[in-house]
Amino acid sequence: MIDRDTVRHVAALSRLELHDDEVEPMARELSAVLGHIETIAELDLDGVAPTTDVVVARSGLRPDEPHVSLTRDAAVDQAPDASDDGFRVPSPQA
Amino acid sequence: MSTAYEPVIGLEIHVQLGTRTKMFCGCELSFGDPPNTHTCPVCLGMPGTLPTINREAVRLGLMIGMALGGELDDRLVFHRKSYFYPDLPKGYQISQFDRPLVSGGSLGDVRLERVHLEEDAAKLTHLGESGRIGGSTASVVDYNRGGTPLAEIVTRPDIHSAEQASSWLRLLRETLRQLGVSDVNMEEGSLRCDANISIRPVGTDGLGTKTELKNMNSFRFIEQGINAEVARQTRIVQDGGRVEQETLHFDPRSGSITSLRSKEGSHDYRYFPEPDLPPVAVPTELFDLARAAIPELPLDREARYVDVHGLNDESARLLAFRRELGDYYEATVAAAGATPDGEAAPDGVTRPAEPADDPADTRRQIANWIGNDLVRRLTAEDADDDAAGDPQASKVTPQALAALVALVRAKSITRKAGGQVLDALVAEGGEPAAIVERDGLAAIGGGDELRPVVQAALDANPDVVEKLRSGNMKPIGVIVGAVMKETRGRADAGAVTQLAREILGL
Amino acid sequence: MTDPTTLSAVDQVAALRAGDLDAAGLFAAYRERAAADDTNSFTWLADGPDDAAAAVPDGARARSVDGPEPTFDVPADDALSVRGLPVAVKDLFCVTGVPTASCSELLRGYRPPHTATAVARLQAGGATVLGKTNQDEFAMGSSNENSAFGAVLNPWDRTRVPGGSSGGSAAAVAAGLAPVALGTDTGGSVRQPAALCGVVGLKPTYGSVSRFGMIAFASSLDQAGVLARDVRDAALVLAHLTGAADPRDSTSIGWQGDALGLPSADRLDGLRIGVPTDLLGEGIDPGVRASFDAALRTAEELGASIVEITLPHARHALAAYYVIAPAEASSNLARFDGVRYGNRAAADDLVSLYTRTRHDGFGPEVRRRIMLGTFALSAGYYDAYYGRAQQVRTKVVEDFATAHEQVDLIATPTSPTVAWGLGERTDDPWAMYRADVMTLPQSLAGVPAISIPCGLDDGLPVGLQLSGPAFGEPRILDAAHALERAIGFDGTPPRSGRTGEGGAGGADATSGGGAA
Repeated sequence: MIDRDTVRHVAALSRLELHDDEVEPMARELSAVLGHIETIAELDLDGVAPTTDVVVARSGLRPDEPHVSLTRDAAVDQAPDASDDGFRVPSPQA
Repeated sequence: MSTAYEPVIGLEIHVQLGTRTKMFCGCELSFGDPPNTHTCPVCLGMPGTLPTINREAVRLGLMIGMALGGELDDRLVFHRKSYFYPDLPKGYQISQFDRPLVSGGSLGDVRLERVHLEEDAAKLTHLGESGRIGGSTASVVDYNRGGTPLAEIVTRPDIHSAEQASSWLRLLRETLRQLGVSDVNMEEGSLRCDANISIRPVGTDGLGTKTELKNMNSFRFIEQGINAEVARQTRIVQDGGRVEQETLHFDPRSGSITSLRSKEGSHDYRYFPEPDLPPVAVPTELFDLARAAIPELPLDREARYVDVHGLNDESARLLAFRRELGDYYEATVAAAGATPDGEAAPDGVTRPAEPADDPADTRRQIANWIGNDLVRRLTAEDADDDAAGDPQASKVTPQALAALVALVRAKSITRKAGGQVLDALVAEGGEPAAIVERDGLAAIGGGDELRPVVQAALDANPDVVEKLRSGNMKPIGVIVGAVMKETRGRADAGAVTQLAREILGL
Repeated sequence: MTDPTTLSAVDQVAALRAGDLDAAGLFAAYRERAAADDTNSFTWLADGPDDAAAAVPDGARARSVDGPEPTFDVPADDALSVRGLPVAVKDLFCVTGVPTASCSELLRGYRPPHTATAVARLQAGGATVLGKTNQDEFAMGSSNENSAFGAVLNPWDRTRVPGGSSGGSAAAVAAGLAPVALGTDTGGSVRQPAALCGVVGLKPTYGSVSRFGMIAFASSLDQAGVLARDVRDAALVLAHLTGAADPRDSTSIGWQGDALGLPSADRLDGLRIGVPTDLLGEGIDPGVRASFDAALRTAEELGASIVEITLPHARHALAAYYVIAPAEASSNLARFDGVRYGNRAAADDLVSLYTRTRHDGFGPEVRRRIMLGTFALSAGYYDAYYGRAQQVRTKVVEDFATAHEQVDLIATPTSPTVAWGLGERTDDPWAMYRADVMTLPQSLAGVPAISIPCGLDDGLPVGLQLSGPAFGEPRILDAAHALERAIGFDGTPPRSGRTGEGGAGGADATSGGGAA
């Protein structure tokens, strides 16, 4: 169903750390769930359009009029690490 | 014998649209403001926030599609493109995927694949050693730019040289500028270009493995970057290697190309329909508004200048690609009474009572005066080629330039004296006739006034006269030069030569 | 006078209007009960009626998120007033300056600079925020055991789960700690805990209530809903949640149904109620089935006709749901990276910052669903999973449309079982997921549904689900109201509730492993 390598790949895509002892249980649990889900593979769905939304959106596009933005202090208020220059992160190149 | 290769190039151009607010929230667009002063919960990707589509961005996208002759979708369908990076606050970019706003179209000799709408990323600045987090250097994120509306324009692989890429991109930029959809400033990043590059043996049709060269922010870098990458690929293939599909960065300082491939392996963007933005019909009035706002575009104007105005290709392109020059040219032509039949003169220009005697020649002369003389005088030496030199902002009115051209065409002044008049007009404005009068620049008329001066020049140069008599006309320039010096440029060179011949009986 | 907390919300606001009750006193009475709560229903309690309206961080005060400060169309009818009514709010609703974590460790301590439209609409009508209620982390769960703030205990039996994900909201209302509560329903997260806690749970039509300010789980399914002691109270709150479309939510389409008022019907004459036989096969506890059948007989006595129908694809809704919801969730939760808000794990490099923050910040169920959803969207699997699930969704939508050519409403048990024991299903995700098998089809179709208590099975509440076509809420509320009166369910849990060892015997007699 879903092997350890796939679990590691999907975890990397999801930016989720998985400890070594978490890989096997995750593979087992996902495989079990996918096993149930795969019942839909048996349905004949040829030519059936996908449903992405159950509403017909109103055509309410937003007028191009500025609102009041947050102050810089309010913008960074909840940040774990910020300065006047912005939100701080380890450099991607590091 | 080694095989010759030709490059196959497609471009992806990101254009920041000139709206007031961001693509999916009402924060005002900005450039150069303090970090994080143009953000809100939506563009910071705070929990519980939702995007709303900027109507004006859609209208500008439609204008681009119409100008490029593409097929316009009547529904807006957005997808999420997922990847993690600090400049992407939601962990996905809202973009268009299988239903772009515009499909197909072309500009000049390059066909287009698509034009779609999306949101820009924020700005990530590396602090280097000045800030550290643990054992690592730090970067800071400024979300002011994040969410700026973008149109991504994707060409077909119809380009076959770096020079063609750069000149086509100039055409695109001018077209977008004249459409008024963006300020297309490459230095500020409002127009950015990536190139997909492959090579193939000349004469074959296949497509080689392509690489993507990212974010070249000037025409010069685009040419240098493409040339460097084509050379790199050619070396690889000629050495028997294979080009790998990858994303590359060109460093203009070193001329080197480096791979941007992330440590996380290949990209898997996991596109899926954006569930926060159900597909919505494009309001019909937006199509009408977009259509009504499209001006004459550079290629159309160029064709009109060649076909109707009778200008040469070079003049036509210059005036068409710089709208301010074209507008000024047409105003001057109107002031000269040389507007082609069936064409309306621009507003606000007083036409003369008498039309020009030879309108086509008048137009050509005006185009020359603007394209050569005036632009050179108005352009500061170190200015960017497209920023400076707007005659509409100068002291030279279209009427004055029309009058100047009329004086020269009538041989009332020489072309050289005309240059002096133009100097004066650029410096202080005014009327050409008055300047001619004040500075004594009127052309020396027929033989009566000029003959003694020519005679004097011949008398002063017997060795030249001897050569002329022997049939060697080359040194005539000495005589003309002497006359010009004496008359301070008011004499017509042709008339001087003619008089010299007459006097010497040649 | 009598203890005001024993009154229904409708009666409370009437008393407030008449001057027989004062808002501060009503708030204080609930505040006192909630502070003494032993079900762990609340994650935060307001000090007073103005607390949530005033707790605004510097710089964010009076700043609207999008456009001018929104004004809301408050129902003009006095009978629909909520002025002075305290409302408990599921933690995932953002309230400016108020701790809002969606019960995730990653967001513990987060205070948003904006208020959810659903909450703001109630505040505009004069309601006050009593507190934030416990829930499954990011609304992912059917037992409220996946909460960084601890499990919620079922007021009917404190050894059992309250259901989820709006477990705190359901338990708070059942225990009389709040007159009404806001919840959210993605696959049954209002209806199922309502059933397990013996209260009314209403999930409105998708698109009728703005999702702005609700921390998203699955965007195409999430819908704010109401937990209440009775159907009229639920209708009262619904009248405030709905109205004009919210310009800040492109999926909000405004109320398009008949005018909403307080239901008063006591007969069901002419009403055709469909019973989907293909959903009522195996897996339903006999006691649940008995209560359900009794409710159908009651409906017939009130004049309704019961019609057997089929929803041929409804049994595949569970599989489709567990592709679509995790897929959307994996994307919706990508923003939780420890950069702009929330709690960040220590890390020296950027990738570790992401992976550790998300590992440490998310609980096991959330991690599992992110993995599942990422997998379903990833290259090579999209068509087989996400693409197919969306096709199944189309068939489910069609099933409901076809059924409603025959019947006005559709009835099922809300949950195949009554409340189960804490910890009983935590090791078997699919057994847990199956708890929503009756409620998922309506979620996929986006149609409205209500759960009302219809009896007890060994002392634990059983829920009856009634659903209808989009914007069919008025008819659903009328029918639920008539049935509620005829059934006469006593929603008050045993005074002390069953606790600890004392309740264990009862627990064994009920859910067992039958549903799993």
